[in-house]
Amino acid sequence: MPYTPYFVLSAILFAIGLTGLFIRRNLLLMLLAIELLLNSANLSFIAASARWGELTGQVFAFFGMTIAAAEVTVGLALAILLFRNVDSVDTKRLEMLKG
Amino acid sequence: MIPLAWLVLWTPFFAAVGIFFFLLHRPQAAGWVATAAMALSFFFSLLLLFRAGIGREAVESSVQWVALPALKIEFGILLNGLTLLMLLIVTGVGSLIFLYSQGYMHRDPGYARYFASLSLFAFSMLGIVLANNLVELFAFWELVGLSSYLLIGHWFEKPEAADAGKKAFLTTRVGDVGFLLGILLLFGWLQAGGEGTFNFLVIQDLVKGIHQAGSGGAVSLLTVAGILIFLGVVGKSAQFPLHVWLPDAMEGPTPVSALIHAATMVAAGVFLLARLFFLFSASSFVLGLIAAIGVLTAFFAATLALVQTDIKRILAYSTLSQLGFMVAGLGLANPQAGMFHLATHAFFKALLFLGAGNVIHALHTQDIRQMSGLLKKMPVTGGTFLVGTLALVGIFPLSGFWSKEEILATAQQTSPLAFILLLATAFLTAVYMGRLFAVAFLGEAPKKAVHDPGWEMNSPLVILALFSIIAGFLPLKEFVPMEHEASGPFWVTLLGLTVGTVGFVLSLYLYLLNPALVDSFSENLKGPRRILERKYYVDDFYNALIRHVQDSFAHLCDLFERVVVVEWGVNGTARLVRFTGHLLRQLQTGRIQFYALIFSLGVTVLTYGWVLWNR
Amino acid sequence: MQAFIFYPFATLAVLGALGVISLRKPTRALLSLILTMFSLAVLFLLLQAPFVAMVHLVVYAGAVLVLFLFVIMLLGIGARETRVGENFKKGYLAVSFFVPVAFSALLISLALTSGGGTLQPTEGSPDAFGRLLFTRYLLPFELVSFLLLIGVFAAVALASAKPPEKS
Repeated sequence: MPYTPYFVLSAILFAIGLTGLFIRRNLLLMLLAIELLLNSANLSFIAASARWGELTGQVFAFFGMTIAAAEVTVGLALAILLFRNVDSVDTKRLEMLKG
Repeated sequence: MIPLAWLVLWTPFFAAVGIFFFLLHRPQAAGWVATAAMALSFFFSLLLLFRAGIGREAVESSVQWVALPALKIEFGILLNGLTLLMLLIVTGVGSLIFLYSQGYMHRDPGYARYFASLSLFAFSMLGIVLANNLVELFAFWELVGLSSYLLIGHWFEKPEAADAGKKAFLTTRVGDVGFLLGILLLFGWLQAGGEGTFNFLVIQDLVKGIHQAGSGGAVSLLTVAGILIFLGVVGKSAQFPLHVWLPDAMEGPTPVSALIHAATMVAAGVFLLARLFFLFSASSFVLGLIAAIGVLTAFFAATLALVQTDIKRILAYSTLSQLGFMVAGLGLANPQAGMFHLATHAFFKALLFLGAGNVIHALHTQDIRQMSGLLKKMPVTGGTFLVGTLALVGIFPLSGFWSKEEILATAQQTSPLAFILLLATAFLTAVYMGRLFAVAFLGEAPKKAVHDPGWEMNSPLVILALFSIIAGFLPLKEFVPMEHEASGPFWVTLLGLTVGTVGFVLSLYLYLLNPALVDSFSENLKGPRRILERKYYVDDFYNALIRHVQDSFAHLCDLFERVVVVEWGVNGTARLVRFTGHLLRQLQTGRIQFYALIFSLGVTVLTYGWVLWNR
Repeated sequence: MQAFIFYPFATLAVLGALGVISLRKPTRALLSLILTMFSLAVLFLLLQAPFVAMVHLVVYAGAVLVLFLFVIMLLGIGARETRVGENFKKGYLAVSFFVPVAFSALLISLALTSGGGTLQPTEGSPDAFGRLLFTRYLLPFELVSFLLLIGVFAAVALASAKPPEKS
C-alpha cells in the first residue's frame, strides 16, 4: 500500500479544519475545528512513522494528543469564564479589541 | 603704548555696562560715570599722542580669535597717524558733548539709559577706528549702527522718533550688505591667490604688489570690491542715494545729533575710505565714482537746505553736504584733504548743533520762523554760533577755510566739473547759513525772557569755538601723510573765499533787510520750491518701491508659507498619518477569526515562498 | 488489501470532518467529530500503531470530547442553532475558503511529488512503544506530564474565579 494517500488525507482534513475555524461563529465549535487540525497532524506523524519504519512519529503523535488534552482543558475553562462575563460565546459579540 | 590704546577702547565699554547693570536708577551718577570715562579715554589718547608722535610708523597688536588654516580672524589694534587723529577727535569732541548732555538732558526720564547708549556708541566708534582688520571693523560698524538706532529712538514713545530710528538702521543696513559682500569678495579673491586675510596691512601689501604687477583681471575684481565696500560708506555717511535717514535722525536729542550725526559716526565712512584708500586707488573707475557721488551729494544737499525751516534740519542737510565734500576729497585722490575737512567739520558742526541745542532748550521750538534776535539775549550761544557759521562758510582765517580750500584746489586740478559744482555748493552753503543766522539770531529781540544756559552747556561751546578758530593752524595734515601734497594756485583760494563771503553777505542782506524780495522770489519759483520741499521726491520713490515691490514679495512669501509649508507640509503630514492610521485600523477588527485568517494567509504565503525558493 | 479498508474509512473521516464544520447543532457537530476520531483510529491500526490508536480513542473520544460535551451542555447552548457563515462579508468568506485550499494544495503537491513508496513494517506494540518512550524520549515525556499538571492548575484557577456581580 503506498503511503501517499495518507498524507493527502491529512492535508484534506487540515483544510477542512482550517475552514471550520474561519466560518464558525460559536467559540466552542471553533475549538472543535482546532481539534480537527490537531488530528490531521497526528495522522501525518503516524503515517510518517510507518513510512520510515520507526516509532518516533508515533511518540510525537502521542505527545501531540497529550498536549491537545491540556489545551482543551484550559481553552474550555476560558470559554466558561468568558460566558460568565459576557453571557455569550458568539464571536460576533466578541469585538472588544476592535480598533 | 598698546595697553594705552586698549584702555582708550574699553573704558567707555565698561562705563556702558556699569551704567546698564548698576546705575539705571541713579541718573546723576550715570551721567558723571559716562563723562568721566570719556574724559579718561581722551586723556589716554593724548598720552598716546605724546608717546607716539605724529607720522611715525604704524604699530599693530592683535589676539587670534579663529586660527584655521583657511581662515584667520583676529581682534586687534592698528595705531597709525590716521588712527590717532580719529581717536583725538572722537574722544575730545565726545567728552565735550557728554558734558553738554548732562545739562541738556537734565530731568529727562531716560537720562541713565541715554548715557549707557552714548557710552556704547563711544566704544563702538573707537572700535571702528582702532580695528586692524575688516571683520573687526565691520562688527563695530554694525554696533555703531545699533547705537545710532538706540539714540535716535531715545524718545521712543514718540512715533516719529521710533520710525526715524528704524529708517536709519534699515537704510544703513542696505549699504552694509554691500560692504559685507565687498569684504567677502576681497577675502575670497585673496584666498584663491594663496593668502586669505582680513588684515589691513597685509591686504595693503598684497594689493600694492598686484597693482605693480598690473594684471587686468585683478583690477576689475578690485573695482567690484571697491564699489561694494563704498556702498557701506554711502550708507553710513549718508551719501546719495542712501542719504534719506540723516534728516529724519534729527528726531533724536540734539547732543546725539551733534556727536553721531555730525562729528563722528557719519564720518566713519570717510574714515573707512581713508583706511582702505590703497584699495580704492587701485581702480580709477572707483575713485571717479566716489568723487562723483561725493560732489553730487554735496550740491544736492545744499540746495535742499535752502528751504528748511527747522534749525536742526538745516544743519542736517549741511552735514550731508559737507560729508559730500569729504567723500569728494577722497575720490579726488586726496585723503589728506578729506580727513582734514573731517576734523575741522567735527569741531564747527558739533559747535553749531550744540548751539542749536541751547536755542531749543531755551525756546522749546525748533522752527526758525519763531526765532529772532537771539544774539542779544544769548550772547555766548550767539557768538559761538557765529564762529561756527563763519568756519562752515569758509571765512579766513577760520579752520573751515583751510580745509575747504584744500578740497577745492584738488578739484580744480583734477576735474573742472567737480570744481564748479563744489564752488557752487560753497556759495549755497554761505547762503543758507546766512539765512539761518539772520533769521534766528539777528533782528528784533525776542519777547520771551531767554538766557544762556549754565556752564555745562556753555563751556563746550566755547572750547569748540576755540578749536574752530585755531584748527587751521594745527598740524592736522601730518596725521595723514601723502606722497605729494597738492597746493593750488592762489586764485582758487581767492575764488573760494570770495564765493563764501559774497553768499553770506548777500543772504544777510536779503533776509535781514529785504525780506519782501525773498518772498516774491519764492512766489515766482513755486515749482522748483516744491521740488525742493519734497526733497526731490526721493523719499516718495522709496516708499513706492517698498509698497509695490517689497510688500508684494512679502505677500508672496506669506502665501507660500501658509499654503506650502503649513497647509501641505504640516497639516498635510498630519493628514497623511491619520489616513495611514485609518487604513491600518481596518486590520484591527477585534474578531479573532479574522486574525486567524490573516495569520494563516501569511503562513501560506511564507510556506509557498520557502518551498519555491528551495526548488 | 489495505486499500480496501483505507478508502472507506478515509471517506468516513472526511465526511465526519465536513460535518463538524457544517452541522448546526453543536451536539451533532461533536458527534460528527467522534465519527472522525473513530475512523482515524482504524487508520492508525492500519498503520501498525495499535497502542497509539487505543490511546487516541481513550483520550480524545473518551475524555476530551466528553469534556466538550459537558461544557456545551453546561452552557446551555447544546440545543441552540448556530448558523454557518451568516453575517460574514462575502470577501471574507471567499478568502477563508481560498487560504485552506491553497495551503493544502501545496501540501498535497509536496506529498505527490516525493515519490510513492510503500509502508515499512513497524513494531507498534505497547512494549516497543514504551521502550522508546521511557528511554529516548524520557525528557519530553516528563515535560509533557508537567504540562498536564499545569493545565489542571490553570483550569481550576480559571474556573473557580468569581463571576462578576450582575446588577
